[in-house]
This record gives sequence, structure tokens and C-alpha cells, in this order.
Amino acid sequence: MADRPLSPHVTIWKWSPAMLVSILHRASGDGMALVGLPVLLWWLAALASGPEAYARFARAADNPLGMVVLVGVSWAFFNHLCSGIRHFVLDMGAGYELNTNSRWSVGTIIGGVVLTAAFWAVLVTK
Amino acid sequence: MSETKGTPLAQVRGLGSAHHGSHHWLLQRYTAAGNLITAMFLAISLVLLPDLSFAVVRAWLAQPLPATLMALLVVSVFWHARLGLTVMIEDYVHDSARKFAVLLVLNLVVAAGIAFGLVCVLRIVLAALSEASAHDAVAKLQQAMQSASQGAPR
Repeated sequence: MADRPLSPHVTIWKWSPAMLVSILHRASGDGMALVGLPVLLWWLAALASGPEAYARFARAADNPLGMVVLVGVSWAFFNHLCSGIRHFVLDMGAGYELNTNSRWSVGTIIGGVVLTAAFWAVLVTK
Repeated sequence: MSETKGTPLAQVRGLGSAHHGSHHWLLQRYTAAGNLITAMFLAISLVLLPDLSFAVVRAWLAQPLPATLMALLVVSVFWHARLGLTVMIEDYVHDSARKFAVLLVLNLVVAAGIAFGLVCVLRIVLAALSEASAHDAVAKLQQAMQSASQGAPR
């Protein structure tokens, strides 16, 4: 990299909800791409291969590490879904006013957590 | 043909963008809409299924509508992930040779992932169909044996 002045570093910015949403959108998207998609393919392959393969998938999903991965992937999905819908709204040119923008930024973060909790509440009580 | 003037750079200055940026941007939105529909269908279906046992999930996925939507999900989600990871790589990998290599690997892996996902969906449908027809054949055989034993003296 050229030896030129850098833009102000992360640590000297005042944090705002929009920054956090932006970072979480990228983190949850790339996280899903790198972890969620292999899990999706494993699940499909297990269904295609038969009951034994599906039982192996279910055993892996049932242990603590598997649970952390599945809950993490589902949170990444719902978070990315909410902040993605926010992007659609911003694409239309709406929601740039500072207070509105902050409110909806906080809303997408809460929405992602609430949807994840609701999803697992239904699955666990089955 | 008229004479071209100036350097290659001077010739293209002021012509505007090559439109590849908006192509990437639009595809990211199209696939995002596709993901929204197909992934929500998957999430809601998982919630509504009576349980998540092999038999129940496969019987559900082998139906025409879920199978179609899962095939579309695989294509849309992998394509969207390819666009997103491309941006991440372009942002964080600065060495151009390394960037080329990583993008090459990404494209190969995405193509493989789509092909594998589609083959899996197809196999799920075909396995369910062949089991159903085997089930039918056994039922027909049992019926034939039963009626043969009832009308005993020929």
C-alpha cells in the first residue's frame, strides 16, 4: 500500500446504529456464505443419501457445537434478512434522515434477534 | 472509418461507466429478492412441518413445489453469496495475483455448490418416486396373490 495518510481509524469514530447494521450485514452475509451454505448442502446431501446419513446430520446438529452453529446461522439469516430489507428501502431513496435511519437500524438488529428466538421457540417445542 | 485520436485512455474518457457495476448491483438485488422468497418458504415450512424426521422432511421436499423452490434457493443463494464474497475479497485482498487466485477459487466452488445442491434435490425427488413405485408394486403383488389363493381350484 502507498504511504499516504489513512482515513480516521475505527476506534476514533463515534459509534452509530447504522455503522453497526452495516458491519453486521457484511458479517452475517459472509458468515452464512462460508458456514451456512456448507450446512445447507450437508442437509440436502443427507436427505438425498438416506436415513443413516440424515441420522449422522441430526447427531451433529444435536450436540452443543452443532447447536451453536445452527443458532448462529439462523441468527445470521434473520439478521441479514432484516438489514437486507432495510437496504431495499434505502435503495428507494427513503430512510436517510438521521433519526429515522437510526431508529430503523436499531429495529433491524432487534428484528433479527426476535425472529431467531421465535423460530427456535417453535422448533424446540415441537 | 474515421481516424481514432489520442491515447486509449483519452478515447474512453467521458463515455461514462462500462455498466458492469450496475450489473453486479442489480443481480445482487434480484438474487436478494429470490433469497427472500425461497428462504422464507424453507424457514416457514420447517416451522410448519409436524416434525423434522427423515421421512417427514423428505416426503415434504420431494413434492413438486418444495423441490422447485429448493432448486431455486440453491441457485439464488449461491449466486448472491458469490456476489457478496466477491466484494469482500475485492475489499480485503489487495495483491492482484492473490485476488485473481481467490476469485478463481470462489467461482469454481460456487459452480460446484450449485451443481451439487441441484443434484441432491433431484436425487431426493427420484428416491421418493422410486420408493413410492416399489411400494405400489408390492401392494399389487400382494393383491394378486390374495385373489389367486381365494379362487383356488382352476
